[in-house]
Amino acid sequence: MLYDVIIIGAGVSGSAIARELSRYEANVCVLEKCEDVCEGTSKANSAIVHAGFDAAAGSLMAKLNVRGNEMMDDLCRDLDIPFKRNGSMVVCIHKEALPGLQDLYDRGIKNGVKGMKILSREEALEMEPNLSDNVEGALYAPTGGIICPFKLCIAMAENANVNGVDFRFNTKVEDIKKSEDGLWHIRTNNGEYVSRYVVNAAGVYSGVIHNMVSEDDDKIEIIPRRGDYCLLDKEVGNHVSHTIFPQPTNLGKGVLVSPTVHGNLIVGPTAIDIDDKEGTNTTAEGINDLIAKANDHVKNLPMRKVITSFAGLRAHEARHEFIIGEVKGAKNFIDCAAIESPGLTSSPAIGEMVGNMLKDMMGLTPKANWISKRKDVMNPENLSIEERNELIKKNPAYGNIICRCESISEGEILDAIHRPLGARSLDGVKRRTRAGMGRCQAGFCSPKTMEILHRELGLDYEEITKSGGRSNIVIERTKNQKGGEQ
Amino acid sequence: MMNYDIVIVGGGPAGLAAAVAARNAGVDKILILERDKELGGILNQCIHNGFGLHTFKEELTGPEYAYRFIEKVLDAKIEYKLNTMVMDISEDRVVTAMSREDGMYQIKAGAVILAMGCRERPRGALNIPGFRPAGIFSAGTAQRLVNIEGYMPGREVVILGSGDIGLIMARRMTLEGAKVKVVAELMPYSGGLKRNIVQCLDDFGIPLKLSHTVVDIEGKEKVTAVTIAEVDGKGKPIPGTEERYTCDTLLLSCGLIPENELSRNAGVEMSPITSGPIVNESLETNIPGVFACGNVLHVHDLVDYVSEEADRAGQNAAKFVKGELSDAKSDIEIVATEGARYTVPSTINVDRMDDKLTVRFRVGAVYKDSFVSVYFDDERVMHNKKRIMAPGEMEQVILLKDKLKEKSGLKKITVKIENE
Amino acid sequence: MEKRELTCIGCPMGCAITVELENGEVVSVTGNTCGIGDKYARNEVTHPERTVTSTAVILGGDKPRVSVKTKSNIPKDKIDAVMKEIDAAVMSAPIRIGDVVVKNVCGTGVDVVATRNVEKI
Repeated sequence: MLYDVIIIGAGVSGSAIARELSRYEANVCVLEKCEDVCEGTSKANSAIVHAGFDAAAGSLMAKLNVRGNEMMDDLCRDLDIPFKRNGSMVVCIHKEALPGLQDLYDRGIKNGVKGMKILSREEALEMEPNLSDNVEGALYAPTGGIICPFKLCIAMAENANVNGVDFRFNTKVEDIKKSEDGLWHIRTNNGEYVSRYVVNAAGVYSGVIHNMVSEDDDKIEIIPRRGDYCLLDKEVGNHVSHTIFPQPTNLGKGVLVSPTVHGNLIVGPTAIDIDDKEGTNTTAEGINDLIAKANDHVKNLPMRKVITSFAGLRAHEARHEFIIGEVKGAKNFIDCAAIESPGLTSSPAIGEMVGNMLKDMMGLTPKANWISKRKDVMNPENLSIEERNELIKKNPAYGNIICRCESISEGEILDAIHRPLGARSLDGVKRRTRAGMGRCQAGFCSPKTMEILHRELGLDYEEITKSGGRSNIVIERTKNQKGGEQ
Repeated sequence: MMNYDIVIVGGGPAGLAAAVAARNAGVDKILILERDKELGGILNQCIHNGFGLHTFKEELTGPEYAYRFIEKVLDAKIEYKLNTMVMDISEDRVVTAMSREDGMYQIKAGAVILAMGCRERPRGALNIPGFRPAGIFSAGTAQRLVNIEGYMPGREVVILGSGDIGLIMARRMTLEGAKVKVVAELMPYSGGLKRNIVQCLDDFGIPLKLSHTVVDIEGKEKVTAVTIAEVDGKGKPIPGTEERYTCDTLLLSCGLIPENELSRNAGVEMSPITSGPIVNESLETNIPGVFACGNVLHVHDLVDYVSEEADRAGQNAAKFVKGELSDAKSDIEIVATEGARYTVPSTINVDRMDDKLTVRFRVGAVYKDSFVSVYFDDERVMHNKKRIMAPGEMEQVILLKDKLKEKSGLKKITVKIENE
Repeated sequence: MEKRELTCIGCPMGCAITVELENGEVVSVTGNTCGIGDKYARNEVTHPERTVTSTAVILGGDKPRVSVKTKSNIPKDKIDAVMKEIDAAVMSAPIRIGDVVVKNVCGTGVDVVATRNVEKI
């Protein structure tokens, strides 16, 4: 099949672009090397909607950050996902660095950030009593927010899929060639795909994809910049109520402390440039470093309440600027590369920008019956007892709790499996429902979730994976195979 | 709203024994709420033997031990609901529960017995560096997969933590044909019972490395190797002592945590040491009529003691609903200090206590040829020599009601470890 | 003269015991603190025994495996052989605690029995 557009990568950028393109009459396909959407940078980050005072004035990064931030309320309402404007604070702990807050404020004004305020030490402490005793002042940005990065990415992809966009998982791009007739031929481990237009939204691999088609003097190198994080128990999720940043340095925005939209506390990230594009391993030094840094700005951090630590990779490029546009000498090949922080915040705006770009280039016309809204996996937690009983009467699976830590029922897991682009692995279920994301980290629920995946998808237990590929949980039955081995 | 005299949250060994005791004490309307599909709790997956030497004077396996109590519950026609999750317990003892069959419903309970057990400390809480691939299990999860579901997690295994479940799983995986390469333990002593080290590790030539921890996990999809290193006195890895083991499975047996989210939401006061409720001599929490027993109260090493404790909780809950438990305050404080980490209970009311009261505690380090001392205010009243005490083994002292009565105006009982 | 090093399992002390044997006869036991250690060491070097617990395949039940044990101790050196017989056993539901799964396993005179009930579905 000949596609009008192929998008490489089903992270938050690729999914946002897919959703925007799904507004128009076009055959669109997303190729993803992993088994699910949201498997790379999009799944392991700070989960913050940045206000937009960080990026250099006049940069594309600044523009898309502020625009993405503005779009977030409506988008999250349409896609039925949680988003909260809890406000951000950049905390200054050295008197001599106070002018830096003013610089940030000025930059924010230039970038179009609304409602910012510079706070005195007293004002800052009143708003956030657990700030360090050394706080000298803070920049407050009420438009800063917190979001679930999985849900944002999954919701946009799902909505795109409902509107006709194909997704091909476990499909890794190996080479891209242009044929004489101007079509792009994309070789993958799952055969060849052909399209008129290509969008490169490959995250930490966006350099590799770019370099497949770009001219010799136009190569880019994406440096995976690793960030380690700790996630803390909901018991201490209100240790701070705003997102607390240190003052930024040339390595980024520094180690933040923030509540998450689900009520945990997140601490991170570090910033370590590495070579391995799959190098999402945490290190003892990294974790120790981030704990030390976080303690500079927030006091009494309850690090004993860590429930998990993880690392993500930002797609950093030396110029520290989003690279979005048609690649020189590669007509109809659009880069969406080097999308590092604030990429999550910017994603709706990136989708809009690339969508508009392609609409104009291709002369796309809107679909008559585009569906703008989608319902998330229902969260029965907020229902009254009567409403919940009604629900359980209709579908008894909602009465069966599978994940006790996060109180997730079988009904929610079934919904996650059977909806468009449904979950096929434990992580897929986890990112759609939070089953297994709580304090026992799936110790109790993983055998039960495996049973559901086995039953619903007809998978053998041995085929059930943590996150696709060879990440199977069990290898064989007891008893059966032993005789053969001996 | 339904009404029951006693609602018991959890149908494991603690909940079962509490129910039986309450029934024997004459309480009619008792309801056990169990989240799993059968009674017995975690004992169902503990298929090894060694249970019941104190209670039944014979060695039983976990399922057999559980069934002894299940039979009693069935014989006494005590009501129970399976596949039922308790969602909330309120301060005035309204229990909200939910299941597939019954939907969500509320029960007004005369008394509540908390018997939810404990969970394992997960990898994340240990901050082990490295990748996060498939193949990392808490030992209990692996135990369930192997013993109940009948599946093998892997063929080559490294175990971190020498808690009893880890040791038991070392033997179990070996018997099922896996190669257990090493058990690493952070502390300079094992957290498990001696007999388990001999019969689960030594019997099969599995090395136990004390003062070692995991410093790296390799493998992007499935575990491919684990590196362990020796640690110094502060638990920090010593550079140059790393040893790498290729494997496909890492089991974690690094401690158990009482599962008290429900208790906390109900307003039950918690001990930061045990992570369980603070209870008085009647095993009653700060909320009148809410009792706790078993691993939700503090982690036990022998199920026999769980049953014994639960029996007392059941009897006291029965007294409470019959109005026989005076509401006098428990005014004598029990303080654990100098080597003793905590005590259960932590307060006593002399009038409410039985003739004999067992006070259980754990020590914070290994003590050889030391004394367990008990002070009534400043007077030492007990001084028992113990050849050895270790954090992995629960200790106890027995207080006599007569002795406490003799000492009028007693404010504080202190339990400590003394060298001489 | 043969020397055997043991860890006593009698109590948490875990004494390191040395046993000296001559032609299979115990000559001396040293390192133990009490009589329990002496007794344990003599048994352990002359005829070590263990209870084996495992699971066996069960068909038509509400669970895929039934837990089992050797009804009493079997010689330690027969653990592997006993496991092979247990692994080869195939039971049918229902089964009750105490039902025989393998009779006279490996000629030890000891039966392997079920340790839990499995209902028929």
